[in-house]
Amino acid sequence: MFDLLEKLGSYCLYHVNQIGRMGMFLFYALLSIIRPPYKIYPIIRQTYLIGTLSIFVIIFIGAFTGMVLALQGYHTLSKFGAEGLLGSAVALSLIRELGPVLAAIILTGRAGSAMCAEIGVMRNSEQIDALECMAIDPYKYIMAPKFAAGIISMPLLTAIFIVVGIAGGYAVGVGMLGANEGMYFSSMYNDVTFDDVYMGIMKSLCFGVLIIAICSAKGYFVHLIRGGGFGAEGVSKATTDAVVLSCVTILLFDFIITSVLL
Amino acid sequence: MSERPVIEINGLRKTFGAIEVLKGVDLSIMEGKTTVIVGGSGQGKSLIIKHILGLIRPDSGSVQVYGKEMSNIGKKDLKEIRMDFGVLFQNSALFDSMTVFDNIALPLRERTHMSEEEISDIVNDKIEMMDIVGSNEKYPAQLSGGMRKRVGLARALVLKPRIIFFDEPTTGLDVAKSSELYRIFFHTQQQLKYTAVIVSHDVPKIFKLADYVALLNNGVIQGCLPPEEFQLSDDPVIKEFVETTMGPLYSGEMEV
Repeated sequence: MFDLLEKLGSYCLYHVNQIGRMGMFLFYALLSIIRPPYKIYPIIRQTYLIGTLSIFVIIFIGAFTGMVLALQGYHTLSKFGAEGLLGSAVALSLIRELGPVLAAIILTGRAGSAMCAEIGVMRNSEQIDALECMAIDPYKYIMAPKFAAGIISMPLLTAIFIVVGIAGGYAVGVGMLGANEGMYFSSMYNDVTFDDVYMGIMKSLCFGVLIIAICSAKGYFVHLIRGGGFGAEGVSKATTDAVVLSCVTILLFDFIITSVLL
Repeated sequence: MSERPVIEINGLRKTFGAIEVLKGVDLSIMEGKTTVIVGGSGQGKSLIIKHILGLIRPDSGSVQVYGKEMSNIGKKDLKEIRMDFGVLFQNSALFDSMTVFDNIALPLRERTHMSEEEISDIVNDKIEMMDIVGSNEKYPAQLSGGMRKRVGLARALVLKPRIIFFDEPTTGLDVAKSSELYRIFFHTQQQLKYTAVIVSHDVPKIFKLADYVALLNNGVIQGCLPPEEFQLSDDPVIKEFVETTMGPLYSGEMEV
């Protein structure tokens, strides 16, 4: 009985510690963005790695998401004779929910996992210790460019996802299923408001910071993983944890932000 | 000239889980001298260096560098003290996605306002000093163990630090390569007059470079003596270490 209580206590303490560590990590990382010196090249490089290299997969998934939405939406709306609302249904779904959430999940898989592994390897091979010993702040040197790049890239990737999704919806809805082209765009024009776009932007910004924070922190603290986080296995465990935790957190925050902004 | 301690460790204790690794370490590192910490594997030699570097906080005891207490030091002061440090890590800890040139240039780019031309001059000078000319564009994975150590040493020296820490500098190197590294160490210390703290297993060779030898055994420093006195010490633990690692031939006389 006491053994069970001890294990439960130790489990709770570990997770409380981890939440505290992540909170402090996020605070220092965001602080390091606004602290001088400001170096633009590392931010451009990270924006390329996180953002530019994700564009192809964002376009691909965005297009198919829009196409499936149009396919499903047309069949459902046509039951009520409301095919004319297809454009607004596709656009609103993408702008408010699917765009930010799916783009964030894609970014987690493509860039977040790589980021976690990279930082984890740096930690395990003492490269982060070396930075500290050279009086170079790892938050400023490693984290600040990644956070800045995440904040820049995420809304842009979401915007690309949404635009391509709407185009995909158009191709299927209008091109394949014969929905009215004018109605597709006019319903979108009439129903999409600035509040919808604002919600999409807020979500994408928030998700961008969350993904970078979780994936970087998991790599940065790989040596503190419960049960030992050393070597290749430790990095692999940290990367898996980072991806799972990021996806869960994205969905959790999606609900919270939607509840607040609706 | 009287010797002045730059690092003073008193009653340093550190426990990991149920294992107490350091059980009250007392050690003074003298300015401009080379202090070698020897001892068996897993005794916590590297752990002492990590405490001095401020990478680990002690459970109790004090670690003072230039009179500043490292166990409760603030971020700003820690950064200032580390400006005087150079470290050669056991596995070199080179940045594997950077070339040799960029690895050595990193501290200059991040901590000084030098132009790229000035940085290039200094880095090339260090590359020449370490005898690794022609490796500028290579990545750490393309280098041998000995070359990686030299790049690590070049990086540690590039900002002319006052104290340099060597964590097992010759681990994984053959006899010729380790002799070469010691030769480089000897010349650079003659030139730059830095304080050196070396953690090493390479007994008795390392004694030739040492001004002081400290033996870490069972979590405490058994003695910190000049190499000659260390080899002739009557302390039973030091005597046993000398006999075990150097053989009876060395226990009563200096290595020639």
